[in-house]
Amino acid sequence: MNKIEVKNLDLYYGEVQALYGVNMQIEEKEITAFIGPSGCGKSTLLKTLNRMNDLVEGCRITGEVLLENTDIYKDMDVYQLRKRVGMVFQKPNPFPMSIYDNIAYGPRTHGVRSRVALDEVVEDSLKKAALWDEVKDRLKKSALGLSGGQQQRLCIARALAVQPEVILMDEPTSALDPISTAKIEDLALELKNAYTIVMVTHNMQQATRISDKTGFFLMGKVVEYGTTEQVFSMPREKETENYITGRFG
Amino acid sequence: MRNRFDEQLETLNNELIKMGSLIEYAIEKATDAFITQNNDEAEMVIRFDKEVDDKEKQIEGLCLKLLLQQQPVARDLRQISAALKMITDMERIGDQAADISEIVMMLGRYPELKEMIHIPKMAEATIKMVKESIDAYVKKDLGLAKQVIDYDDVVDDLFVVVKDELIELIRSNVKQSEAAADMLMVAKYYERIGDHATNIAEWVIFSITGEKTI
Repeated sequence: MNKIEVKNLDLYYGEVQALYGVNMQIEEKEITAFIGPSGCGKSTLLKTLNRMNDLVEGCRITGEVLLENTDIYKDMDVYQLRKRVGMVFQKPNPFPMSIYDNIAYGPRTHGVRSRVALDEVVEDSLKKAALWDEVKDRLKKSALGLSGGQQQRLCIARALAVQPEVILMDEPTSALDPISTAKIEDLALELKNAYTIVMVTHNMQQATRISDKTGFFLMGKVVEYGTTEQVFSMPREKETENYITGRFG
Repeated sequence: MRNRFDEQLETLNNELIKMGSLIEYAIEKATDAFITQNNDEAEMVIRFDKEVDDKEKQIEGLCLKLLLQQQPVARDLRQISAALKMITDMERIGDQAADISEIVMMLGRYPELKEMIHIPKMAEATIKMVKESIDAYVKKDLGLAKQVIDYDDVVDDLFVVVKDELIELIRSNVKQSEAAADMLMVAKYYERIGDHATNIAEWVIFSITGEKTI
């Protein structure tokens, strides 16, 4: 089943067009990877999926982005959208507060007040993000004291705390060491059983290891979109082949 | 971009071509030793097998290094994985040339081959298959690779003919039965060489198209 459908999407930053006629169907409970050189539009498309581009001045779009057949730009409250479509960024960005409060922040803003309910959400989210065992004895300590890899898993736990359906990840491991990277990759594979994951990555091997589908972007266009196995073993387009084999340009 | 990787792939290509020449030489000489009943030549082929084995080890090392260092995908991955599989078949062809030569040395004098024209024909057909499978790799020639695969039927049919000839030989002259059994093994080695050439051709097709015909 398609979780997200992008139809004829053009995106402009002022006069500059950043995306051209993007059409894409993102399958539910799969990991979809976006790859391509810097400035190709992959992060821009990722951000349109939960309207992060609304914050960019002069940004406008034409076309449609549908979340379960509902147009997220026309027929959905942005607050509701971001509850359903969470995001994890390249650099871990925990709030300067305790581990517990980081996780409880989202549910609190959505009106959860009961201590018992919050305790439950915190434990559940940290367990899902494979961080609980490492932090259960210091939940009241500052999140800033965690390692980079732990901080990134905390950010994933924070995204999970509001019970989203889709998790967007923008190069979630590019600032992490190989061990932390492996933990995030294992986590993504575990999470896809319950969530739809869309990930931007510059790490080709990561895309081949964990994603089901891969989209290759170049100069604002989706050059090729298919199963990861097909894209990395028998790419249809010459440009894809040149990029993934490192002979781009 | 990736100039060093491209150079390494070119080296891999050249080494495979060299290994191809080595096994072509080995079967041609083994066949010649068989037909002319030349023990010195047979002995040379047996010793020569070490060169084929060494070349296999060298290419295997190069492939593993490329997999480790370059983490290849798409056509690069196909080329390197095909090379790894092909050298196993090439190495076996080298072994079988040596096996044929060992039998040549054991046989001593054996019946006039004029009467068994089909063993040399089989040898000729398998040499053609090996040469063309390597040519197909060098020229990335899909059509030629497919021809090699089809030609295996010719070798298989010749094996049946040779077997019938040898049964006839045993019937007509029981004293020749031991030699006939040895010659049946020679024929079987050629038939196996044809199978390995078929495998090589199948890996050539995989490296060009990504299609596994095996």
